[in-house]
Amino acid sequence: MKKILTHRLMLPIAALVALIVINTIARPSFVSVTVKGDQLYGPLIDILRNSAPLMLVSLGMMIVISTRGIDLSVGAIMAVSGAVALTIIDGSPTPNDLGTVLGAIGIAVLIGMLLGAWNGFLVAVVGVQPIIATLVLMLAGRGVALLITGGFITTINSAPYKFMAQGYVIGLPFAFFVSVAAVALVALIERRTALGVLTEAVGINPEASRLAGVRSRGIIWGAYAASGVLAGFAGILYSSNTMAADSNAAGLYIELYAILAVVLGGTSLMGGKFTVAGTVIGVFTIETLRSTILFLGVPSAVAPLFLAVAVVIVVLIQSPRLRSLVTRTAQGARPNTSEVAR
Amino acid sequence: MTSVQAPLEKADAFGPLKRFVSRRASWIPVFAALALLILIFIAGQAYFGNFLTPRVISALLLDNAYLFILAVGMTFVILTGGIDLSVGAVMAFTGMFGASLLRDGVPSGIVVPVMLLLGAAFGLAIGVLVQYFDVQPFIASLAAMFAARGLAFMVSLDSIKVETPEILWLQSTRIQGAPGSFYITPTGIIALLVVLVAALVLAYTRFGRTIYAIGGNEQSARLMGLPVVRSKLLAYVVSGVCAGLAGVVFTAYTGASYPLNGMGTELDTIAAVVIGGTLLLGGSGFVVGSMIGVFVYGTIKTAISFMGADQSWTRISVGLLLLLFVVVQRIIVARSDRR
Repeated sequence: MKKILTHRLMLPIAALVALIVINTIARPSFVSVTVKGDQLYGPLIDILRNSAPLMLVSLGMMIVISTRGIDLSVGAIMAVSGAVALTIIDGSPTPNDLGTVLGAIGIAVLIGMLLGAWNGFLVAVVGVQPIIATLVLMLAGRGVALLITGGFITTINSAPYKFMAQGYVIGLPFAFFVSVAAVALVALIERRTALGVLTEAVGINPEASRLAGVRSRGIIWGAYAASGVLAGFAGILYSSNTMAADSNAAGLYIELYAILAVVLGGTSLMGGKFTVAGTVIGVFTIETLRSTILFLGVPSAVAPLFLAVAVVIVVLIQSPRLRSLVTRTAQGARPNTSEVAR
Repeated sequence: MTSVQAPLEKADAFGPLKRFVSRRASWIPVFAALALLILIFIAGQAYFGNFLTPRVISALLLDNAYLFILAVGMTFVILTGGIDLSVGAVMAFTGMFGASLLRDGVPSGIVVPVMLLLGAAFGLAIGVLVQYFDVQPFIASLAAMFAARGLAFMVSLDSIKVETPEILWLQSTRIQGAPGSFYITPTGIIALLVVLVAALVLAYTRFGRTIYAIGGNEQSARLMGLPVVRSKLLAYVVSGVCAGLAGVVFTAYTGASYPLNGMGTELDTIAAVVIGGTLLLGGSGFVVGSMIGVFVYGTIKTAISFMGADQSWTRISVGLLLLLFVVVQRIIVARSDRR
């Protein structure tokens, strides 16, 4: 029992369960899943579907944070990749052709990777602080996306592209399968090979890991490139959901939500150990919180206030000072009980 | 005899310059920013022909008054080695709150101090999280940014028009300068005063020197017996007060408050401060540099609107400039490390 209570995923899971219970009590329809045709509908299914872009971005963010970095440019990369994909499809004579769509997606994700690699170059080779290195792209990226679409919101009609975010496979949203695949892939690469351990080593002590023969430069570079790929794919999902490349709205604030999801999941911002499962729980917690806020009738613009409260609570729980304060009071109580026992 | 004399003479010829450079090493980035600003001015004048007019130059100060004030506050925080992402949102919130009070008939003599205090409260909250709970400045100010943005929307989802004459006076008054048709508004005077006071505080007060010491090495500063905790908290409070003041100035500038005001301003502010030569690691930089950084930002914006090009180019070029300056900073830091 104690082992379960002190497990590091205990708090994130408790938070998520508490949210779901509160939601279920407040509106019993929250957990109901209805079947229409061969597709499932319901608030929970919506959460699974809507969380896909955040899931992809958070996985990339988690890897970057693990190397003691941070990637602020993910939202901008989403905007660029959405703009690239939609501009290609819009310009092609066969927007409904699967080959065209796959090609457009491939190019958009590739550009996401290049942008991520550029961040990695600045951080790992030039030695710029991660916040600033990615800030550059965050500033410039949306401008680039606007230039690609010519300042307009490009809209398209393409059935295969629409399927990405709005399609269903065996009753569940296709986007959900995309995020499952991403989680499985990241977990496989990071945990079934030594890469995850090496990444953590770089984050825990870059100098020591370099002296131990870890190629930290390549690992950091790869982390940002991976984040770029995942953000690029998230941009596809986002633009497929609206079938429009809105360079200003795509991925707005997603970097902050992703950082929050990673931290909620128990990965420290100081780098080092990361948990894929924790990040997944973090993403679902945020998505459930957002759905709750919407249900409460709070204007979505006020929603950041609730997230701020969530952030403060989480960082206070993680704070060493508060922990030592709590343990000190606990220890202060213990000698008394032992004396009584004697 | 002559053979000894020759190298001495040679050293004398370059001596003052070398001595100047080595003693004023931290000023080099500021001069670089100034050179860049002059370069943009000259290029703009050569390209457009009517770029360096009194009207354009006066408008530069007018349009960016709020950014000057924000950049001053940000400079304090960055000098301690921290960062404040909340400034844009706090500016929006104080602006909204102030505008709603004014609409309800509260006199501006009460509203303006309340706005400054609100800003200070946000700064203090960030400072407490950073200093007492070891939260990273990035995350603490991020939470404040979320909170302030949400609160701004809570005040009202739509923009609130401000009709108080005292507030609008700050913007509408044009004080004509002697030569040509230069003019300055009270908001511009406020911005310049803030820069001046901050520069004096940083250079000549104990608090200012402590800020630099913290940024240089917090541990050493603490061992020297400097009031690290108090000064760091105060740096965030200064940034918060500046955000509140920027809220006043921006409300006067637009004649209305809108909860979406200042989206992305925190990034513009950081970019301006960095372009102005302040090291992001803390400990080195000047308020005057940040002022030049804002001028560079404003001039680029003006030049792009002169060209009739899309405003998205502003962010792209500011991003590229930021990159250039950060890389140059890296090289400077690497060189001084070697020394």
